[in-house]
Amino acid sequence: MVDRPEVALDELYREVVLDHHRRPRGRTPLPRVDARAHGLNPVCGDEIHLHLSLDGDRITGVEVQGRGCAICTASGSMMAEVIPGHTEVEATAFAEVFRNVMHGKVVPPDVDMGDLEALEGVKKFPVRVKCALLPWVTLVDALRAWRNGATEGTATTETEEANP
Amino acid sequence: MTATAPPRTTLDPSALRARFPILQRQVHGHPLVYLDNAATTQKPETVLAAIQRYYSTSNANVHRGVHTLAEEATAAYEACRSRVARFVNAPDERGVIIVRNATEALNLVARAWGATLTAGDEVLLSEMEHHSNLVPWILLARERGVVLRHLPITDSGELDMAALPGMLSRRTQVVALTAMSNVLGTINPIAELTEAAHRVGAVMVVDAAQSVPHMPVDFQALGIDFLAFSAHKAYGPTGVGFLVAKPELLERMEPISGGGEMIRAVHLDSATWNDIPHRFEAGTPNIADAAAFPAALDLLEELGMDAVRAHEHDLVRYALERLRSLGWLELHGPLDPARRGGLVSFVDPEIHPHDLAQVLDTRGIAIRAGHHCAQPLMRRLDVAATARASFAVYNDRDEVDALVDGLMAARKYFGVA
Repeated sequence: MVDRPEVALDELYREVVLDHHRRPRGRTPLPRVDARAHGLNPVCGDEIHLHLSLDGDRITGVEVQGRGCAICTASGSMMAEVIPGHTEVEATAFAEVFRNVMHGKVVPPDVDMGDLEALEGVKKFPVRVKCALLPWVTLVDALRAWRNGATEGTATTETEEANP
Repeated sequence: MTATAPPRTTLDPSALRARFPILQRQVHGHPLVYLDNAATTQKPETVLAAIQRYYSTSNANVHRGVHTLAEEATAAYEACRSRVARFVNAPDERGVIIVRNATEALNLVARAWGATLTAGDEVLLSEMEHHSNLVPWILLARERGVVLRHLPITDSGELDMAALPGMLSRRTQVVALTAMSNVLGTINPIAELTEAAHRVGAVMVVDAAQSVPHMPVDFQALGIDFLAFSAHKAYGPTGVGFLVAKPELLERMEPISGGGEMIRAVHLDSATWNDIPHRFEAGTPNIADAAAFPAALDLLEELGMDAVRAHEHDLVRYALERLRSLGWLELHGPLDPARRGGLVSFVDPEIHPHDLAQVLDTRGIAIRAGHHCAQPLMRRLDVAATARASFAVYNDRDEVDALVDGLMAARKYFGVA
């Protein structure tokens, strides 16, 4: 087997990413669901069901279910790790930063991306950017629905381009 | 479209490969192994040269000018029409409408023939259709109150023929089915289905995007009414497709797109239509790519469609054997290679199709991963997506071996025991 191509592959599937893919966080059902959204990537058919618990405007729990590729699964797993403890406004802003990073912008100096930094390699694989963004557009939608008093949001990776 | 095992292959893929410039390139340091032919095929040198020749020598608009170039351009464009009519044995070349692709051809039938339907009329489709043979009918149903019914598929991925009689009635006006599933590979019994459609007075529409490039297709022998396919899946250029129809049906259809070319006389507030097929070809068409398509049909005729089918049948049989021998893949579609065209859809339960395709790409292997524009079928199969390898005349068994090696490497890469 030639090793060379797999070097490029390692840019996409960094060890941290593979770890989140193998043992995804946020799979435990939440005892109480305050906001939810269903996210779909129409390009590949991947979908996720996102549940959130909130205490006031602070997110206390994230649950991600569904089926997706390694990138989508890892991104959702990292989200489940990083988002609890943040307010709705902070989480929405964080999602915006991550979206910008996936579209080639640099991480602002005051933002700690945590494990999500390992997904930076995805931007070199343009068709996979949507995989990484699916959990995040779903999060933004769940929070928007929650803000508007709705029970459920519906996001797709297509609408994220149009209304960030 | 026969379900009997074809004779052994007589094609020489390695000699054929030399005639396709793109197959000489490398991807990530590996020779290109192109197994995404159901999405689009590669183009032989003769097709590329024909496009260049058209623009270099005969470029003009068609059906208007009296000058030499206009005459040559018109002749080249019309030659495509008559060549396609001959290739699929259409009853009359006036029944060949040149459009952009099979999708546009199916939309044309759904809108123009669909305009003769009324609320409560039924259209019979199936669970294995591509979105291009579902969505045009959904649009029709919304507009006219037409009822859509769907022939189910069996667990082995074939149309449930036992359910057919119960789904047809005098209300059925249209039966629109694929000749070969782009996901399952299933070859459907079109002649038998057409007979059943005609018995209740329905017209038979066939999505032949996957069959025309890969097996003999005889419009008149099948007895069908409408047939849609794309040039680009048959070694021709993108942007050209065909609706082949019985001329007497086209005569009863109103145009759905208006403009130049399709008219006889235009007044400020009224117009009369041109004869068929031009009635359905408004505006300047894709002349260059239409003019180049006969070069692709030359190749297929040189090889012989029976030999093409035999070659791809041999490849799919070998691929099914090798993929099954891995032991961990879920294979979709009929297991009997005689009942399917040259493609295989599969799922590694431990690795998402996108990730599989990504690993294969680094080894120069191009496959498709996703829902293949057949979301209802994906739901029926209870998968989000599948990986699909689809074959063409230039593929060989070594490439199937490369695919299998790649699938094993992917398991190793993702640490699946």
